[in-house]
Amino acid sequence: MWKKWMALKKTTRSSAVTYAIVIAAYLVIQLLSSLGLLSSLFTGLLVPLCTYVILAVSLNLVVGFLGELSLGHAGFMCVGAFASAFFSRCMEDAIPVSGLRFLIALLIGAAVAGLFGILIGIPVLRLKGDYLAIVTLAFGEIIKNVINVLFIGRDSNGFHFSTKDAVSLNMEPDGEVLINGPQGITGTPKDATFTIGVILILISLFLIINLINSRSGRAIMAIRDNRIAAESIGINITKYKLMAFAISAALAGVAGVLYAHNLSTLTATPKNFGYNMSIMILVFVVLGGIGSIRGSIIAAVVLTLLPEMLRGLSDYRMLIYAIVLILMMLFNWAPKAIEWRERHLSKFRFFGRRKDEPAGKGA
Amino acid sequence: MALLEVKNLSISFGGLRAVDAFEIQIEKGQLYGLIGPNGAGKTTVFNLLTGVYRPNEGIIRLDGTDITGKSPIEINHAGIARTFQNIRLFKELSVLDNVKAGLHNHYRYSTLEGIFRLPKFRRMEREMDARAMEILKVFDLGEEAETKAANLPYGKQRKLEIARAMATEPKLLLLDEPAAGMNPNETGELMETIRFVRDHFDMTILLIEHDMKLVSGICEELTVLNFGHVLAQGETSAVLNNPEVISAYLGDE
Repeated sequence: MWKKWMALKKTTRSSAVTYAIVIAAYLVIQLLSSLGLLSSLFTGLLVPLCTYVILAVSLNLVVGFLGELSLGHAGFMCVGAFASAFFSRCMEDAIPVSGLRFLIALLIGAAVAGLFGILIGIPVLRLKGDYLAIVTLAFGEIIKNVINVLFIGRDSNGFHFSTKDAVSLNMEPDGEVLINGPQGITGTPKDATFTIGVILILISLFLIINLINSRSGRAIMAIRDNRIAAESIGINITKYKLMAFAISAALAGVAGVLYAHNLSTLTATPKNFGYNMSIMILVFVVLGGIGSIRGSIIAAVVLTLLPEMLRGLSDYRMLIYAIVLILMMLFNWAPKAIEWRERHLSKFRFFGRRKDEPAGKGA
Repeated sequence: MALLEVKNLSISFGGLRAVDAFEIQIEKGQLYGLIGPNGAGKTTVFNLLTGVYRPNEGIIRLDGTDITGKSPIEINHAGIARTFQNIRLFKELSVLDNVKAGLHNHYRYSTLEGIFRLPKFRRMEREMDARAMEILKVFDLGEEAETKAANLPYGKQRKLEIARAMATEPKLLLLDEPAAGMNPNETGELMETIRFVRDHFDMTILLIEHDMKLVSGICEELTVLNFGHVLAQGETSAVLNNPEVISAYLGDE
C-alpha cells in the first residue's frame, strides 16, 4: 500500500493529500455538528470560511503561479455576488427548485466575474508589478461604488434602471425594487450550505491543481519565471496571462455567489468588498506560502477562525492576531525556520519536500 | 539558397545607430560566429533576428520566407530559437519541465482536455515526457530531470538552455555568448556539445562569442562587428588574421 502510494507522481501525491485534508475537515465538522458540539457562532462561520478558502486558492493562481500582484480580488467576488443574487432574486418564483436555481446562479456568477476578468485583463495585463496592483485595486473600488448607486426595479412593464434613487425608477404601483443602491439586494434565497461550500472548494481545487499540472499551467509558470524566454520558445504570453487571470476571477465570482446566498441582505460595503478584503485575501496567500495551494487553504481557515476564537480576549484580540501573523511569516520565510522545517519534516516524507525538488507545482 | 539571409539591416536608438547596414548569409548546416568588441551591437543583431526589436530598415529571410518585423513568437514558429547572454531559465520549474515548455507548440492539447485529464492529455503528456527525456539525454542531463533548474551548476544551466531551445525544433539556433563565465574545462565541454548538436540534429548555428579559442576552434565562418558596422566577413582563419580586425580588438599601435 505504502509502496504503491510512493510510486505515484509527487504532484499527484501532494494533491491527494490536499483533497484528503479538505474532506477530513468536512467530515469532522459534520460529526461534531451532529453531536451538537458546535456553537452557533462557529456554525455561522462555516460558509464564509468556504468563501475565503476559494478566494485564497483562486488568488494564488494569479499571485503564486502567474506571478502578478492583483489587489482587486474582492471586486471580482463582488461582481459574482451581485450578478448571481440579482438572478436568484428575479427567478425565485420562476425556478422554485433551490438546487437548480443555485446551480444556474453559480454559473452566472462565475461567467460574469470571468468576463470582467477578461475585460479588465486585456488592458491591465500589459502592466507589470506595482502598476497592475494599482489598477486592480482601483477596479475593486470602482465596482463597489458603481453598485452603490445602482437601482434596478421590476414591474408589469419590465425592468427599470436608475443611478439616482428608487423613486426615479418611475415604476407602476405593483413594481418592486430589486437592487436598491446602498441598501443592496434584499431577500436573496439562502441556498448556500456548508456542504455546497465544501463541494465548491473541491471543484476549485480540481480546476486549479489540474490546470497547473498541464501544458497550459506549464506555460503560465514559464511566463512567471521568465517572460522573455517564454516568448522566445513561442509561448503566447497574452493568451496564458489572460487565461490565468480570467479563471482566477471566475472562481472569485463563485466565492461571491456562495457569499451572497448565505445572507438575506447583500450590500457592497468597504468591509466585505473593499480593498481591505482584497488585502486580507492576499495575506492568506502570502502567509500560506506563495504558490502553495494547501498553504492558502490552511492560512485562510486559521486567520478567519483566529479573531473569532480570541473574541473573549476583547481588546487584546487584534494584538494577538498581529503577533500570530508575524510568527507565521517567520515560520514560512525565515531561512533558519525553513532549515528547521526541512530537518524535522523530511522524516515524514508524506509531507516533506526535498530541498532540490522543484517548487511551485502540485499543491 | 542560404538558410538565413540578412540584407541592409539597421536600427537606431535615439541618435545612436546601433546596427548599420548589417548583412549576413548563412548556409544550412554551417557553424557561424559573430564577434566584435564590447558594445559592437552583436546582441542587438540577435534581438533584431528574433523579433525583440523591429528594424528601421532591411530584410531578414529565413529559408526564403520574409520574417522582418515579426513578433518573437512568430519568429520562433518560423524556426529560430535562441539562448541568452545572461541565462534565462524557468528557475522554479524542473529541468524536465523546462524542456517540456520548449515542446509547447509541438504537442498540443486544449486547456479543458488538460483540466479534465482526457485521454488526449494522457497520451500527449506521455509523448512529451519521452521526447523531453530523449533531448535531456543528448545533453547529458537525464539524471537531473527532476531537479529544480535553479539548482543546476552553471555549466549545466547553459546546456539546459540549449536543450530547451532545441526542443522547439528550430531551423536556426542562435547562441549568445554560450561560454561566458565558464572555465577552460567547461568551455572545452561546451565546444563538444555545440559541435555535437550541429552533427546530431543537422543544425545551423550562429553564435556570439568572446572566447577566441572557442571561436577559432569550431566556427567555420565569421562576421566581425565594430560600432554597428560589419568590419570583416569570411573564413575564420582569414578573418582573424585581418589587420583591421586585430586593431579593432587590440587597439592601434
